Amino acid sequence: MAEDIKKIMFTVRKAPHGSIYVYEGLEVKLIMAAYDADISVVFMDDGVFALKDGQNTAELGIKGFAATYGVMVDYEISKIYVDRKSMEDRGMTENDLLVIGEDEDTEEPIKPTVIETDQIGPMMAEQHNILCF
Amino acid sequence: MLHTVNKSPFQNGTMESCLRCVNPGDAVLLLEDGVFGAVTGTSKTALIEEALKNAEVYALSADLKARALENIIPGIKVTDYAGFVDLVDQNKVHSWL
Repeated sequence: MAEDIKKIMFTVRKAPHGSIYVYEGLEVKLIMAAYDADISVVFMDDGVFALKDGQNTAELGIKGFAATYGVMVDYEISKIYVDRKSMEDRGMTENDLLVIGEDEDTEEPIKPTVIETDQIGPMMAEQHNILCF
Repeated sequence: MLHTVNKSPFQNGTMESCLRCVNPGDAVLLLEDGVFGAVTGTSKTALIEEALKNAEVYALSADLKARALENIIPGIKVTDYAGFVDLVDQNKVHSWL
């Protein structure tokens, strides 16, 4: 029943690759999605760097996870939000964001949704749980 | 809703980011190195004073004492571990780690 579905928000506030937080967070999201949870993800602060298009970790010798973000929508995680202020503080624009999937009908690429900071607090208040990565 | 901040606001932006997302009526608990943000007369004092206008701000007494912090910003409620437990019991929690 719909009312039994847990609303779980992930906040991603750390930069990718310098630590394992963002990677581990992604693993947890995919696991939680398998349990029919209502997942939303908010990228803010240095977390917005994880959504930058064109990441290439080959020379670091680690498997990149940007490609996994490219199929988030296939895992039914489409509520992916990015804080506009955090992006602007770091010189990023919507054009820098990677694709997280494509529209089933039109095959148009889907990108994370840019939101204003004052939208984040009310979204947090709606959640059953908030996990920080 | 309870937001907990355990990082010094002079070290990184966690406290500022938290305060940007606080809803009216929310509670914010400063603990561990987060309590450095509770002191009056610093470059971060105004941020807390602004937050106090529509939210409750708490600081954990054990962490204040351990760091010899006095001159706490008026309006901040100093709480002990039992008060911390009550806050967690009464609220959804977001730990700004």
